[in-house]
Amino acid sequence: MENPKELKYTKTDEWVKLEGDLAIVGITNYAQEQLSDIVYVEFMAEEGDSVSKGDAVATVESVKAAADVQFPVSGTIAAVNEELVDAPETLNTDPYDTGWMMKLKFDDPAELEDLLDAQAYDAYNEEREG
Amino acid sequence: MFTPHTPQEIEEMLKVIGVNSIEDLFVQVPEKHRFPELNLPEPLSEIELASYLKEISSANASTEDFISFLGAGAYNHYIPAAVDMILRRGEFYTAYTPYQPEISQGTLQATFEFQSLMTELTGMDVSNASHYDGATTAAEAANLAYYFFRGKRKKVIVSRAVNPQYRETIRTYLQGFDDVVVTGDEETSKAGYELQDLISLIDRDTSIVLIQYPDFFGRVIDYANLVEKAHSVGALIAFVFNPTSLGLLKPPGAFGADIAVGEGQPLGIPLSFGGPYLGIFTIKDRLVRKLAGRLVGETIDQDGKRAFVLTLTAREQHIRRERSTSNICTNQGLMALAATIYLSLIGKEGFKQVANLCYQKAHYAAKRISMLKGFELAFIDTPFFHEFVVKTPQPVSQINLRLQNHWILGGYDLSQAYPEMENHMLIAVTEKLSKHDIDDFIAALEEVTGD
Amino acid sequence: MTELTIYELSQSGRKGVTFPEPDVPLTPLPEDFLRESLHLPELSEYDVVRHFTNLSKLNYSIDGGFYPLGSCTMKYNPKINEEVARLPGFANTHPLQPIVSIQGNLYLMYQLQEWLQEISGFHRVCLTPAAGAQGELVGALIIRKYHQVNNNNRRKKILIPDSAHGTNPATSSMTGFKVTPLASDSQGNVDLESLKAECDETLAGLMLTNPNTLGLFDENVEEVIRLVHEAGGLVYGDGANLNALLGVLRPGDIGFDIMHFNLHKTFSTPHGGGGPGSGPVGVSEALSEYLPSPIITIIEEGDEETPPFFGFYKPELTVGSMKAFYGHFGIHIRAFAYIAMHGSKGLRDIAEKAVLNANYLMTKIKKDYVLPFKRTCMHEFVVEGAWVDLPDVHALDISKRLMDYGFHPPTNYFPLIVREALMIEPTETESKQTLDAFAKAMNAIAREARENPELLHKAPFTTPVRRCDEVKAAKDLILCCWVPD
Repeated sequence: MENPKELKYTKTDEWVKLEGDLAIVGITNYAQEQLSDIVYVEFMAEEGDSVSKGDAVATVESVKAAADVQFPVSGTIAAVNEELVDAPETLNTDPYDTGWMMKLKFDDPAELEDLLDAQAYDAYNEEREG
Repeated sequence: MFTPHTPQEIEEMLKVIGVNSIEDLFVQVPEKHRFPELNLPEPLSEIELASYLKEISSANASTEDFISFLGAGAYNHYIPAAVDMILRRGEFYTAYTPYQPEISQGTLQATFEFQSLMTELTGMDVSNASHYDGATTAAEAANLAYYFFRGKRKKVIVSRAVNPQYRETIRTYLQGFDDVVVTGDEETSKAGYELQDLISLIDRDTSIVLIQYPDFFGRVIDYANLVEKAHSVGALIAFVFNPTSLGLLKPPGAFGADIAVGEGQPLGIPLSFGGPYLGIFTIKDRLVRKLAGRLVGETIDQDGKRAFVLTLTAREQHIRRERSTSNICTNQGLMALAATIYLSLIGKEGFKQVANLCYQKAHYAAKRISMLKGFELAFIDTPFFHEFVVKTPQPVSQINLRLQNHWILGGYDLSQAYPEMENHMLIAVTEKLSKHDIDDFIAALEEVTGD
Repeated sequence: MTELTIYELSQSGRKGVTFPEPDVPLTPLPEDFLRESLHLPELSEYDVVRHFTNLSKLNYSIDGGFYPLGSCTMKYNPKINEEVARLPGFANTHPLQPIVSIQGNLYLMYQLQEWLQEISGFHRVCLTPAAGAQGELVGALIIRKYHQVNNNNRRKKILIPDSAHGTNPATSSMTGFKVTPLASDSQGNVDLESLKAECDETLAGLMLTNPNTLGLFDENVEEVIRLVHEAGGLVYGDGANLNALLGVLRPGDIGFDIMHFNLHKTFSTPHGGGGPGSGPVGVSEALSEYLPSPIITIIEEGDEETPPFFGFYKPELTVGSMKAFYGHFGIHIRAFAYIAMHGSKGLRDIAEKAVLNANYLMTKIKKDYVLPFKRTCMHEFVVEGAWVDLPDVHALDISKRLMDYGFHPPTNYFPLIVREALMIEPTETESKQTLDAFAKAMNAIAREARENPELLHKAPFTTPVRRCDEVKAAKDLILCCWVPD
């Protein structure tokens, strides 16, 4: 699965899509492959909660691993993809579309400057695979 | 002692490794401190050891020779012979945590059966594979509540009628959370004695309310209003239960408990001076991801055969490391097995009988004692199960000392943990005591407190 | 080969062990509190014995075979331990009896404290903790309280090497510490430069397993401890690997401040299918008043005629009670028996043979498996359970295939810093013949991996059940039997 060019990426394996003052977050294909079969999603923040950059806002569990999901920017939670709770496997099958996790109305766009583009994220993954 | 190596084998092995002596394998160890001479007694052979330990054990007075009325968290019940015979199978007791399900189905299925028995007994949805003991389950319940509310609720309410050792353990476990307050059980608090006082402490900052059922004084109290109040503010409620009592009594689940924990020692585990015992940890479904400890689940193998595995392991420390809710690795595997065998052996009928025998004999004893001069029941009109408090005409420690001359271990001296309860004895009666034993106790009490 | 559950075997109306009718006048039951139903199984005694006997046959155990589960020290559990722990004078004592009536128990516990102190070089030992993880919790609480008492409330950082057991970080965060992982160097030791960079005024302590989980003795251990002490931190020793050090090195002698023992690893008490363990904690003199309560102590010295009189002691700055009563006494008896049978020379023999066996086995299998650290190992070692040129073969496959050869697999996928790790701990109680047979199986599997990898992917073939669907287990979540309504 290719990493879509229009998205931004973090070194903690989230993808971020920017729509106006909204940031949409999900986990990358690399992350879902590392976790393998995802069996559980838990959201640790709900609509209206204000969260800081780097706060764990959700947890994703497979049989053998668990990973926290965070926003690379501070703001207020605008939406949560509750459908994932009943169908966590969506994160394996369609991480970049129906597998979106949360939307956030961000405060300071300057915080988004450190994000990687698809090319840089690909290179980062290759480097990790060694 | 238990190393099988012959001198020739050692030589051969060293040669394969490519060193001259065993000492050469330890050169990385700081030389100055290497191979200290330990000041220990000369080793004993098995026959010497057996008689040495027999001698040590005979310096104790045990419930084997004494009639015992001690309870307060550990109970002297009859253990059917088959329990220990099965526990002694090396296939059970020399195995470890069932990491490899293909060759651990015995332990896994027995644990699954344990979980099933515990959920049925408590009326709860899920049981873990067991925990250290009753006290640590109570502490883990408070710990669970902390994580359930993500640290946002700061108040843990504990009734003063919860086992004092459990309350201490809860405090020990929570001391790392600087802003959490444990309250309700202070010496000045009436909240252990008057339910309304306990209820009035509950507010929106409360993460969990811990109560005991039957409580530490043996009383059976209707907690319906308390549960309702706790739930009305979104707080969790944990019952610390005695498993034997649930042979007769309405289970915590029927009261709406979110968590039910308890000491499983009464289920076929010897007194053994306080351990190893068995922590029972049961919860409602919605808390399952925050549950500490191992869980066994049913699945199938690649041929479609039913099989059991450790499941939801991603909650646990070996995966989540600093983000896990508890650091526990193992459970009390063999003790959980003992309880599973015990409940299977005595079954539906036998367990009800045990609970009824405890109830009947305790009530007989209570009636007889309350008629003795200078003795009275401390909580009249409150139902109790197999333990009750009597006010005594003299300090309990003094009475107990004299009872030992009659080959009797008297009840627990409550003043040890409750300064407000001078001259109060907590008496436990189980199915192991006969009417004759109880009558002897009554006669001895009369004699040792007589003028 | 599957066995029905106790609920499936149950027959309505069947009875097992029953009890007599009450011999006292009856009291009415409390109507308002009676439960409606309780569905326990209905089985005969013979049903139950046969059921659990059948279940036991589905288990692999030390009594049945070689169990090289790294970091778990699956050594032989002497049978005499089981006998003495069940002596009626021990097994039937109530924990709240008057202390005059339990002098035998207190003597045994006191003696065990003393012996563990002597073996480890610590000033005082508390036997209470229920397991290694609880011993660690004690350690972290002591570190916390020590800094509080000394008004160093800024010290919130615990350093933990990246090779450490998962319990170390879990324990630290349970006690309010912030965990900072510490890198290992190319030799598997703590990386000294990384350590120096973290030694500041926020440092609370370091949790160190030595020998570490790679089975390597940290060559800089004294320097590591010195650096932490100089920065004002305490050093906690994870005693999981003490088997390699019995009579070889006393951790207290080289400056460890706190350490837990695993009686179920080092001192041969049975693992019980996952507990009960026992995790006593030893501390230096400076920390001896922080230990959990109670400690067994001599209240009145004895003389030639009368033995000393033992009782309980609550340390002044105690971190509190870890559980009800005094720890796993039944386990203390077994560990006591084990030490009494060994003495000083016998204990050293344990460590020597454990290290001899590990190095022998490592030498025998290293030509077929990648050894990430080429050093003399202690009581265990780690190899990579995979080969670069065989990307489809994993440590898991090797583990499963070992079962077909009649062996319990090593610990796999731990420590995390070795890819596809297989962690092998033979223990001292295994004979050369067993090690040779295991090495032969490992070598045969390495060959199969090249010649017939499907064998590995599909293994095991000979076990009571085969590979299990863990995803289904986690998704469908069936956590108890069907129980009749």
